[in-house]
Amino acid sequence: MTAEAWQIVFFTIEVAALSTILILPLGVAVAWLIARRDWHGKAIVETVVMLPLFVPPVATGLVLLMVFGRHGLLGSVLQRGLGVEIVFTWRAVVLACAVMSFPLLVRTAQTAFQGVSARFEDIARTLGASEWRVFATISLPLATRGIVAGAVLAFARAMGEFGATVVVAGMIPRKTMTISLSIYQNIQLGHDAVALPLLFVSIGIVFITVLCGQIISMRKRPR
Amino acid sequence: MSLQLHNVRLPLAEFALEMDAMFDRPIAGIFGPSGAGKTSLLDLIAGLRRPIAGTVRLDEKVIFDAAVRLNLPPRLRRIGYVPQDLALFPHLRVRANLMYGYRSPLMENELFTLGHVGEVMEIAHLLERNVTTLSGGEQQRVAFARGILSVPCLLLLDEPMSSLDSRLKKRLIPFLLRIRDEFRIPLIYVTHDAGELVALCDEVLVLERGRLIERGSPADVLA
Repeated sequence: MTAEAWQIVFFTIEVAALSTILILPLGVAVAWLIARRDWHGKAIVETVVMLPLFVPPVATGLVLLMVFGRHGLLGSVLQRGLGVEIVFTWRAVVLACAVMSFPLLVRTAQTAFQGVSARFEDIARTLGASEWRVFATISLPLATRGIVAGAVLAFARAMGEFGATVVVAGMIPRKTMTISLSIYQNIQLGHDAVALPLLFVSIGIVFITVLCGQIISMRKRPR
Repeated sequence: MSLQLHNVRLPLAEFALEMDAMFDRPIAGIFGPSGAGKTSLLDLIAGLRRPIAGTVRLDEKVIFDAAVRLNLPPRLRRIGYVPQDLALFPHLRVRANLMYGYRSPLMENELFTLGHVGEVMEIAHLLERNVTTLSGGEQQRVAFARGILSVPCLLLLDEPMSSLDSRLKKRLIPFLLRIRDEFRIPLIYVTHDAGELVALCDEVLVLERGRLIERGSPADVLA
């Protein structure tokens, strides 16, 4: 593999990891709220969170482009207020990866929280624990394996993200080019010899990642 | 200690729990068939379920009053709870389970210390063990000790010995009597085992489909 190909591999790993880290706190919070609380609008929020799983990724990318573009609702604010540009930068790649992998994290973490016996939480309350302490010392530790498995799935999904990224970040060499985008571009150009090594590296990384996730989620945990 | 439930009503799936009763004996037994509402009653007293009507008073303190929408959260009620499945936190060691709800005594009081409670409950040698590795009898004693160390005004016990054989039950009864005699914590003890009622309780309340149908000494009720 060429130096440029390796740069693409490392860039993809970096943005996938960064997007996973960024969505982790919000994803865990949303998962817990859905799993453990009843509130008005819960079904709507749950549906919105799951939308990227079912809407065509290109359409999601288009929505992100409209929202975070220079004239978009948030894009204009970010640019004028903080001087931060999102679209067609590495930030757009992180954003697309985050949005597309968010549902996987939430769904897996939600299942993990639902698997924690509510009785543990109840008894912790009778022992004087505040809601925050119950979450931090009972719910979260007992759901950790599911949350880690969800993060691993989110990372794997981000590694392979294509549709939303290509719309919101483009295919700019050394700037927004990820493994998926590079494979697609090289196949279009007939450069199979460049695309194939990237394909195998990509499969290898995702295979190891998903395998780790499976092992973590299959390990017996105390209930 | 006295616990007073006045015209309390809690709708359940098939009937409503309706209770107008005073608990002022050191160990009050709640007796009745499965599904009579015994656990729901304990949940209600602990603040884990919210009735739609009535008042609950612990000594002079109102802990629930539907009319003025007062509902003291479980963490502020100082009512300990040992559920049927014990709910020992499986990810914590015995020591951490015991100290989870520890309230340091306001006065110089060596009664409610980890050392003393551990000694009385004969679990001092188990402190560094994981709770999942304990035997049934050891788990019961750890659950009792955890309840004691939260220094409750009242301790609720929901069939804590239902999963044990009769030999082990006999061995555990003195430990429960020590909670009453040594730590002076009043108990409400739910069971459908007549032998446990006779061995432990000063008074028995019989519950059927959410209503109190009989009340008296164990000998009278079981006659």
